[in-house]
Amino acid sequence: MITVNQATTARFVNVGERTNVTGSAAFKKLIMAGDYAAAVEVARGQVENGAQVIDVNMDEGLLDAVHAMTTFLKLIAAEPDIARVPVMIDSSKWEVIEAGLKCVSGKPIVNSISMKEGEAAFLDQARLCMDYGAAAVVMAFDETGQADSKARKVEICQRAYALLTGIGFPPEDIIFDPNVFAVATGIEEHDRYALDFIEAVSELRETCPHVHFSGGLSNLSFSFRGNETVRRAMHSVFLYHAIPAGLDMAIVNAGQLDIYDAIDPVLREACEDVILMRRPDATERLIALAESYKGKSPAEEKAAEEWRGWPVERRIEHALVKGIDTFVVEDTEEARQRFARPIEVIEGPLMDGMNVVGDLFGSGKMFLPQVVKSARVMKKAVAHLIPFIEAEKVASGLADTSKGRIVMATVKGDVHDIGKNIVGVVLQCNGYEVIDLGVMVPWSTILDTAREQQADMIGLSGLITPSLDEMVTVAEEMARAGITMPLLIGGATTSKVHTALRIDPAYPGPVIHVLDASRAVGVASRLLSDTQAEAFVAETAGENARVREAREGKAQSVLLTLEEARANFYDPNYADKPAPPLQPGVHAFADWPLEDLREVIDWTPFFRAWELHGTYPAILDDDVVGDTARSLKADADAMLDRIIGEKWLTAKGVAGLWPCARDGDDVTIHLPEEERHVTLSFLRQQVKKSRDRANMCLADFIDPAGDWIGGFAVGIHGLEPHSARFLADKDDYSDILLKALADRLAEAFAESLHRHVRTTLWGYAPGEQLTNEGLIREEYRGIRPAPGYPACPDHSLKPVLFDLLDAGRHTGLTLTESYAMYPTAAVSGFYFGHPESEYFGVARIGRDQLEDYARRRGVSIEQAERWLRPNTD
Amino acid sequence: MTARAAFLAAAGERILLNDGAFGTEIQRLRLGEADYAGTLGLGRDQKGNNDILALTAPQVPEGIHRAYFAAGADIASTNTFSANRISQADYGAEHLVRDINVESARLARGVADEFLAADGRQRFVAGAIGPTNKTLSLSPDVEDPGYREIDWDYLVEVYREQAAALVEGGADFILIETIFDTLNAKAGIMAVRQLEAELGREVPIMLSMTLTDLSGRNLSGHTVEAFWYAVRHARPLTIGLNCSFGAAQLRPHVKLLADIADSAIMVYPNAGLPNELGQYDEAPPTTAALVREWAAAGQVNVLGGCCGSTPAHIAAMAEAVAGLPPRAIPTVPVATRLAGLEPFTMAA
Repeated sequence: MITVNQATTARFVNVGERTNVTGSAAFKKLIMAGDYAAAVEVARGQVENGAQVIDVNMDEGLLDAVHAMTTFLKLIAAEPDIARVPVMIDSSKWEVIEAGLKCVSGKPIVNSISMKEGEAAFLDQARLCMDYGAAAVVMAFDETGQADSKARKVEICQRAYALLTGIGFPPEDIIFDPNVFAVATGIEEHDRYALDFIEAVSELRETCPHVHFSGGLSNLSFSFRGNETVRRAMHSVFLYHAIPAGLDMAIVNAGQLDIYDAIDPVLREACEDVILMRRPDATERLIALAESYKGKSPAEEKAAEEWRGWPVERRIEHALVKGIDTFVVEDTEEARQRFARPIEVIEGPLMDGMNVVGDLFGSGKMFLPQVVKSARVMKKAVAHLIPFIEAEKVASGLADTSKGRIVMATVKGDVHDIGKNIVGVVLQCNGYEVIDLGVMVPWSTILDTAREQQADMIGLSGLITPSLDEMVTVAEEMARAGITMPLLIGGATTSKVHTALRIDPAYPGPVIHVLDASRAVGVASRLLSDTQAEAFVAETAGENARVREAREGKAQSVLLTLEEARANFYDPNYADKPAPPLQPGVHAFADWPLEDLREVIDWTPFFRAWELHGTYPAILDDDVVGDTARSLKADADAMLDRIIGEKWLTAKGVAGLWPCARDGDDVTIHLPEEERHVTLSFLRQQVKKSRDRANMCLADFIDPAGDWIGGFAVGIHGLEPHSARFLADKDDYSDILLKALADRLAEAFAESLHRHVRTTLWGYAPGEQLTNEGLIREEYRGIRPAPGYPACPDHSLKPVLFDLLDAGRHTGLTLTESYAMYPTAAVSGFYFGHPESEYFGVARIGRDQLEDYARRRGVSIEQAERWLRPNTD
Repeated sequence: MTARAAFLAAAGERILLNDGAFGTEIQRLRLGEADYAGTLGLGRDQKGNNDILALTAPQVPEGIHRAYFAAGADIASTNTFSANRISQADYGAEHLVRDINVESARLARGVADEFLAADGRQRFVAGAIGPTNKTLSLSPDVEDPGYREIDWDYLVEVYREQAAALVEGGADFILIETIFDTLNAKAGIMAVRQLEAELGREVPIMLSMTLTDLSGRNLSGHTVEAFWYAVRHARPLTIGLNCSFGAAQLRPHVKLLADIADSAIMVYPNAGLPNELGQYDEAPPTTAALVREWAAAGQVNVLGGCCGSTPAHIAAMAEAVAGLPPRAIPTVPVATRLAGLEPFTMAA
């Protein structure tokens, strides 16, 4: 009974060609420079990437090829993970081949011998191959030259076969190379070359039992060098027809091959016409068609496809690390068929791959956009496996392997979820199970879910300041419910200080502020570690306590009384105030052109949302994150193309310009048509200023003797169906990308609308000519402060503004109970036109102003305190 | 009838027996420096140079050959494990390499023919070639993995010299044994090929690999299967394993080799593993019972002993396998079988 390991029995062999100085410029450079250590790594990479045999060629005029060949072969012999595969000793010089044979244990392949110098030399070399224990590639080459036609190929190979078997050369150790020549050269005699090769192989297979056939594919497509798409398609089509004929080995980079079925059918047919000589004008047609496939750099395309030839585990890892989801379902299926149970695919190659991703991210070698892409690949793979796992009646595959279960939510009143989604994805990437409750989640739902699902921790997120209070509420309710699991706090307005001062004291369990997504895994893993949890919790509690102590002990900035602050108001030159608007009143824009918005996108915050820090466009060339940033920008551009081209989104906005007057810290708007007044109450800086700087209030920019003020609201609609589609497709990456782009479009809309107001509606800057950079640097006259932001920290002005604008009707925007706008991609604010108006931060205010503000707004002091919590701490 | 044909004919009828250890048998005689050195007048201490006894105390190897044949052995392996230029240089005896090998083969041949004359059963002489203490595959310098102490051409010449002398002295076959480095063995095969060309006749080769770890690799890293593909071009009379471990540890590797090799299988294990004093103390019936399992499973054609085995072990084996049919040499499907450190097969 013969039991040869079937896994090592190959039907078609890809011979790695990277350790060939004639085929790889990079390898040649290393060898020429004597950098054998790096050259050895090339060999290692090839084997790691699945090469079944490695071709070593040192035929370079300036090299001592014998020395280079033997040096390299001895070095790779010392590397078990390279030496495990057979070597193909490749040289046109027999002395180089023989020198190589003296260094190679195992059974190598000699490439090549032929009858070029007659039968005697051919048989001498063949006998030596036998004595050294090597298989041999035999070129279809005789005393008169290389075989080109089918007849010559067949004749020469048959003659060689008879000679070789005549001296006892094992026929199974003969590998014929019947010469692949270039087709579609425009020379008529060349048209038959590919077909002749295929037909010769077919005939030789019948007449020369046990032999193999090999070919160097790159010749075939020589006329299309520079056009990798066409070359790869030609190679794939050629193999598709040559392999059934008998070709079973090729010296080719697996990355130069496309999956036959994946080739553009038009191109595929044109290639087939050429290779199989199906029509007389095949060459002209392919040349014409090839033009449309030019463009992509060969290196990119090569790198892009090479990995498809690797073993499935490596492919899955590669797909995860590179975030490529194109093939993951088929690869996962292939893996599933190899493993006894589908869960083993998750526990094995998928988790292994995600661990690589986690390590790379943890060590700063991968960045957030890539990790989110990885998660998309992972989710798709897992989604493919779930039905099989369920069919196996295993309750939950992921639960079995999860490192911990985390309930995450954006708190009640808040709709912002990009950051939370990113954290969720990163945690999932690292093996945690994330139960994402979404946005606007009441505390009761959070607590119930945590208990029912036996979560290990809860993560709360929020963007707007009222969410800070809501988080305190959640913490208090957790304490009341007797929950003790760790509580993670994150989101743009959260801070270590707020967490320590407000949330930590409200909850007896561990409370940890997580600065950004990259910290989430470290926090989660330490909290769930048997050995580190206790120390980490104690450490965090200590830090929170220190923050509180520091806060108490800290000599806080001195506050003026409200009276003193008002006395130090900013006094602009009201003579400079803008003229009344050209078009006062409310102007609605139901569908602002998205292509205009695209032009004025400020990309820097977009990259920041993905935790890539740096200024656009310099970030694209950043040494560390440049690659990631470029890739992300490319994905963003591609999605913008579709958003605009397929009209995924609609930009709705409204702007209003109203007569008004300053009244202390209020601005009173007169709505003559409605015969009513609307009061906008603003807050004044109270922190004592140095020298002659004023204690600013937005109202200061308005002339008490009569002036104009504006307001606006813009929103981007239409995300939901696309978001749902992405999520159904397990594609968090696209979902987050879409949301981040919608945010950018909203900001761009606010910027565009502001310009329209300055130049046209209000018209105080009709000739304004600003570049996009100038816009981003706000080199224009006037400001557009938004409620909830530093100059105007109270979100509760939004309902007032919305009412003035009738924003609900004109823009479709709504407000939550915490005054978050929905849809989320939205901006609203006020327009101040005075040339001296500027942004500032109100910062801390005193109790006197709080009470005064409550009175002016007509609300209780407690209500005002909730609204202004961040400014009263 | 050529020696190859005669051997295969005999091996087709019954399980043949190789002999056992020489080194440990010689040690038991407690020979002194004078016994080793004889009258050769070599400049260096010869004690421990077992191979030189062919010249200085020929009765010693002769007596051991006789004891093994008497115990039932069919094959005598010459006492020439270290009788090569590289190893003999340690004793200042490299100029005697030819003499040692010719004499050793002649002694074995003489005893073998003695037994043939007595009972009419053909005995074979295998000229034993050890691996030398140098390796073609590995660098002795960890700082310089590309460095080699010797090169292929030199080792081929070392082996060719020894093989030629062994054949001259009457060896039927060349036994390249205790192969820890596959490339050394390939050089040995090349040496025999060159010798065949000189002599104008076939010199059958026997090959025996030694494993350095229980996973089944030799020192140069080849698995048993990869090793077989790397040396199959020798068309060896026998392929097998010797030394390194006792029969118990060799079992899975013998089974694998028996499945894939279309040559006769010869296995001659040590008498168990050495005890804490470095001595082999596996009793003859124990060893015999272990190798009998292989025989009963149809996995072997030739059995014998390596380190620690004695004529009593060979006798016990002979008794244990008497009457059991030898392994039928399989016809292996034609396929291209390549190897690095691991095997690689292309469907034909």
